[in-house]
Amino acid sequence: MLRIRKLPIIIFALFIIVFPRVSRLIPAIQNYPDLMIFAGIYSLITIGLSLLMGYAGQISLGQAAFYGIGAYVSAILTATYGLNPWFCMVIGMIVAAIVAVLVGVPSLKLKGHYLAMATLAFGIIVFIIFNEEVEWTGGPDGMSGIPGLSLFGFAFDSVEKYYYLVWFFVFSVFVFTINVIQSRTGRALRAIHSSEAASSAMGINVSRFKVVVFVYSAILASLAGSLYAYYLNFINPSTFDLFFSIKLLIMIALGGMHDIWGAIIGAFLITFLSFEWLHFFEEFEVIVYGVILLLVIIFLPQGMVGIPKILKGLFNKKVSNG
Amino acid sequence: MDKESREKILEVEEVGMVFGGLMALINIHFNAKEGMVKAIIGPNGAGKTTLFNIITGTFSPTEGVVRFRGKPIQKLKAHEIAELGISRTFQTIELFGNMTVLENVMVGCHTRTRSSFIASGLRLPHYKHKEEQIRAKAMEILEFVGLAEKFSESADSLPLGGRKMLEIGRALATEPTLLCLDEPAAGLNETETEKASSLINAIKEKGITVLLVEHDMKVVMNISDEIMALNYGEKIAEGLSEEIQNNPKVIEAYLGSSEEDRA
Amino acid sequence: MPMEKITFANQLLQYLITGLTVGSTYAMVAIGFNIIYNVTEIINLAQGEFVMLGGLVMVFLHVAAGLPIVLAFPLTVIIVTLVGMLLDRLAIRPIRQPSVLTLIIATIAASIIIKGIAMFIWGKDPFDLPAFSGRHPIHFLGAVIQPQYFWIIGFLIVIVIFLTLFFEKTIIGKAMSACADNPGAASLVGINVKRMILLSFALSAAIGAVAGITITPISLMEYDRGAMLAIKGFGAVVLGGLGSFPGAILGGLILGTIESFGAGLIHSGYKDAFALIVLLGALFLRPSGLLGSIEVSKFKRF
Repeated sequence: MLRIRKLPIIIFALFIIVFPRVSRLIPAIQNYPDLMIFAGIYSLITIGLSLLMGYAGQISLGQAAFYGIGAYVSAILTATYGLNPWFCMVIGMIVAAIVAVLVGVPSLKLKGHYLAMATLAFGIIVFIIFNEEVEWTGGPDGMSGIPGLSLFGFAFDSVEKYYYLVWFFVFSVFVFTINVIQSRTGRALRAIHSSEAASSAMGINVSRFKVVVFVYSAILASLAGSLYAYYLNFINPSTFDLFFSIKLLIMIALGGMHDIWGAIIGAFLITFLSFEWLHFFEEFEVIVYGVILLLVIIFLPQGMVGIPKILKGLFNKKVSNG
Repeated sequence: MDKESREKILEVEEVGMVFGGLMALINIHFNAKEGMVKAIIGPNGAGKTTLFNIITGTFSPTEGVVRFRGKPIQKLKAHEIAELGISRTFQTIELFGNMTVLENVMVGCHTRTRSSFIASGLRLPHYKHKEEQIRAKAMEILEFVGLAEKFSESADSLPLGGRKMLEIGRALATEPTLLCLDEPAAGLNETETEKASSLINAIKEKGITVLLVEHDMKVVMNISDEIMALNYGEKIAEGLSEEIQNNPKVIEAYLGSSEEDRA
Repeated sequence: MPMEKITFANQLLQYLITGLTVGSTYAMVAIGFNIIYNVTEIINLAQGEFVMLGGLVMVFLHVAAGLPIVLAFPLTVIIVTLVGMLLDRLAIRPIRQPSVLTLIIATIAASIIIKGIAMFIWGKDPFDLPAFSGRHPIHFLGAVIQPQYFWIIGFLIVIVIFLTLFFEKTIIGKAMSACADNPGAASLVGINVKRMILLSFALSAAIGAVAGITITPISLMEYDRGAMLAIKGFGAVVLGGLGSFPGAILGGLILGTIESFGAGLIHSGYKDAFALIVLLGALFLRPSGLLGSIEVSKFKRF
């Protein structure tokens, strides 16, 4: 899916802009903009993960750690030290980037299962730190009193205002990432995914590229974490656990790993499943997620973005038979 | 320029390679002079691809030195060696199947262009210009190897002959001084083999030094200036084509018999 | 002063004994990983769920339904073995284009489904099992040994002996080893590779169940223990060398010991982190493991 056309992006942007106005008028979906904020926050993480997994071909099961680092750095620096939230957001991204380099350089030399387990272990270690370092993080009880965001006196203190803020970030990141994919950097990434040996022989510094993409995904996850913290004004470690990393994986798999749109589609679907549609199951939504993931990986490995292609294939078959 | 005064592009000095108890290469010593085609022959398992892997940086030798234009390179990584000017093809053909023919060659241009992650994302102004240049150069190379019409097809969809040509084209895109070809004629029919041979000659005419691993003795005789023969990881003969053809050690290595049995 | 010295040494001995016991559980999980890996090159991330199910099903059969241990134990193993076979049939076999990533995802999916069902059946509370031969502690050089420890280490030894005989002496076992070396050739010789894969899952599940049953009297069991057990078991696998049978034991015992010492001496809140750090260390510094060799990584025999 390389010819990423501009039209769908514009249409989607229009939809995002108009949606809150519409939802205000329909009682049944009045809370949807709130959900869309989460969908947007998750999209930031999944876009980075999609670049890492779908294009560069690397696995990370520990993205929740970077999400948490962004959230906790922002929370600690603003709530405890009173620093400017935007500044703290940037610090969070820098911290996440540094951690990503430290973890990524040795981990990305590993392949397949080893890489998956290394990122998994890393994610859990960070989760344990969030729980144990009570003095800094408040431990399992979490941290409250996190301020919101405002810019030159304009406070993003309503759901709608925060919605536009989050989606501004999502679109900026989305366009940036698409540019990368369609550039020679993106070509180098696809080359690495296809054959690392040949890529090296062509002068591509494979390890450096892998680390760069990993750092990018970490920075995006951190940004998402900060936005999450400033929205809820409260965080606790259970948000950043292993299951969240797996949920991200489900988003990517469901949406479609090899297409950047899959990241957004997957984030949307899982957000709505999680907050709205699976309420019936309560805690047992875990089983539903597992079943969805399994069905997707068996029957729809290309994810939802693969559906148009499948339909086209079926349609062509019918046309040639009929 | 006569053969003797040419620069030694590649010098392999007492290179040895041990893999967990197995001595894949023992005391390999040879050089390749600028603009010449040197073939490495030997039965399967003789260590030819291992030698290639060492020269191109896939791994470092357990002993010995490899010099490229006088500079020792045996400890460098593969992509660093590619940047210095050594490029290669693979015995198993490692094309980028998920890309088009043109894109495969464009990746080859990667070494010679600076492109940062951030610049790519922001689409800075000079980006597009660079991209046009890369595309033009890649098309030129496709013309040179005879694949220009197929530029937009998927690399995987080409027949074997086309894939071999594409891999050579991709390697040429890195603007190498030394090109290492690993069995370029393997599996090709007569016509394709001739095309490959004339392509290698054309490459030689451009002044690129070629190091060649090959089993097809006709190709080897046709295009190489010098031949080196390996067996069981050791060099058993080196010299001009005619000498090697009649060298008893080489014959024995390949056929496992003496001259009498051949007659 | 001499009294305190003895006490500290006793403490260390206690940690060592606990570590070896817990390590035996990790070793069993690691052996389960290796069996499946050796036949299929798949790392079954749901391995820990077999252990969890072993414990909880045993609780149901023995505590809730009142069956005597002699009956409940084998019945539990059979049930968990069936779960393992279902995993192969429903999650692994249907995948049309298996790749490392799809298999990782499939086993993760299976593990959360199993975990979710376990939560549905047993809830979130931890459960206890009576120890097989009572809880009267044995005093040894100032350290306290629970009789259950002997059961755990004992079963590990039994499993090791059984597997060694199985893979070297029985026809089925040799067939499975053949699949490990060369599935193509194996199927040419008439070995039903699919059945061998099913069998490897069955065997792994059975061993996991034994691990779960034997460890529950000591550390209880709840529905979500599977993930950490799997990760630590994998740590033992990497430490000992992927695919290596003695490596799994060595890795498990070392990992358990390090965890025990770490939790005891440094900080028990970070207990799980120790095993994870060891895993990362092994992956970063010596991924081929203590008993593995970098080039000879294709040689994975029992």
